[in-house]
Amino acid sequence: MTSVLYDAPGPRAKRRNLILSVVFFALLALLLWWVWQTMDDKGQLKWALWKPFTESEAWTTYLLPGLSNTLKAAALAMVIALPLGAIFGIARMSDHRWVRIPAGAVVEFFRAIPVLLLMLFANEFYARSTDISTEDRPLYAVVTGLVLYNASVLAEIVRAGILALPSGQTEAAKAIGLRKGQTMTSILLPQAVTAMLPAIVSQLVVIVKDTALGGVLLNFTELLNSRGTLAANYANVIPSFIVVAVIYIILNFILTSFASWLEGRLRRSKRSTGAVLGAEDVDDLNAAEVGGAPGAGAVGKA
Amino acid sequence: MSATYVTHPEAREIVFDFLSDYDDPSLLGAFWVTVQLTVFSAIGSLVWGTLLAAMRVSPVPLMRGFGTAYVNIVRNIPLTVIIVFTSLGLADIFGVTMGAPDDFELQGFRLAVLGLVAYTAAFVCEALRSGINTVPVGQAEAARALGLSFTQVLSLVVLPQAFRSVIGPLANVLIALTKNTTVAAAIGVGEAALLMKEMIENEAQTVLIGAIFAFGFVVLTLPTGLFLGWLSKRLAVKR
Repeated sequence: MTSVLYDAPGPRAKRRNLILSVVFFALLALLLWWVWQTMDDKGQLKWALWKPFTESEAWTTYLLPGLSNTLKAAALAMVIALPLGAIFGIARMSDHRWVRIPAGAVVEFFRAIPVLLLMLFANEFYARSTDISTEDRPLYAVVTGLVLYNASVLAEIVRAGILALPSGQTEAAKAIGLRKGQTMTSILLPQAVTAMLPAIVSQLVVIVKDTALGGVLLNFTELLNSRGTLAANYANVIPSFIVVAVIYIILNFILTSFASWLEGRLRRSKRSTGAVLGAEDVDDLNAAEVGGAPGAGAVGKA
Repeated sequence: MSATYVTHPEAREIVFDFLSDYDDPSLLGAFWVTVQLTVFSAIGSLVWGTLLAAMRVSPVPLMRGFGTAYVNIVRNIPLTVIIVFTSLGLADIFGVTMGAPDDFELQGFRLAVLGLVAYTAAFVCEALRSGINTVPVGQAEAARALGLSFTQVLSLVVLPQAFRSVIGPLANVLIALTKNTTVAAAIGVGEAALLMKEMIENEAQTVLIGAIFAFGFVVLTLPTGLFLGWLSKRLAVKR
């Protein structure tokens, strides 16, 4: 195997690699042994602590309702944030300065502050200014925080998606006499939406992960919060953490795989312009503005 | 709050008066903890992330496998789960007290740094790996054809190019990390988000408090982003 870093290994390199493998394996085994021993010492390996997960009660009373709240919050946040993000993303590219600058300021502001702050603020705001019931308030607060933050990230995704399209698309639209609005709605947006799909699915992973914040700090009964109640009931701290982590990993792994499958399909597809926004672009857009127009990377890749 | 209201000096004092009720931590003290969390976690995750990246691109299959598995597992777990686990799992069950078994404030801080490092390192690793991947294989092949040794290929040809293309993505990781330090509030570390939670629940000035804390984070993240963005553009390898 050749890479930028090293050539195909010869006999000496092969021997060295083998020694490194053995040393590394020994280190890993040592770590695992320590984990196993400590868990055994603290009685975390006892079957009684793991047994609840083989029975339906732990799932139907704690984990599944928690998971369904996680999914509900994530889905609501995505559905509300998408149109908002599209509006702000398009407004940011407007020809009128009085539209472009305020839209840009709003997007940059909400991307620069932590989503937890938005949730805390929304929670308190709802408590004082609305009559949303105490049971519903955590869901509203979590969704509001997620919407504000993710709409601004999605706005950047939309902008990057439109900027990633070849300029010939706009030029051709102008040449056949379409107006600005028509160019956007019938030429650019439909193509950009396809290009953005993988990025949107990847953003869903970020949203799912952020719902856990509401579970700890706003007492929103999502998956992580339900883990607390479950562990209080069965006294199985480590097993419950492992099960919940595995659920998150499986859920997000499915979403990530779906995103990269979409990305690969779109890149191969003959009908598209070749502009695709993938998971890497999403990683970059979740931080505040660095390195100029977000479209730059996407254009380079197309 | 009308304009005439705040222009009176005494009135302004009344509006901001509540801030002086908080001295452990104070507003600035809480943001200082946020900065400390960011700096320590940034250093730690840079070290651990570099090691992970080295594993992921190494010729040893077992290390490559470990690096890939680590990144894919950690990136898919919410940071909140990891941070809460450091407290309820690592400290309470595994007895990892980070050299401060009695000082719970210090212990919480160090556990939060540990959790942030474990999480952020996965993203640092991916940024570094994609940086290495931007260097065309031809560069290394040409260097080898000239007779440069492995260390020379790495230090003179590959790494200088990789490093430049990595600044932008690493800056993004740093900014995301700054925002992620708020998750430490989940285990009671007295940083900005926890103070905001306390203030906003007890004081009447909801909007003002929200604005103060939002401003604090804009001040922390914006200059970093602008500076590192400028740097990465300046140093970019033109291909």
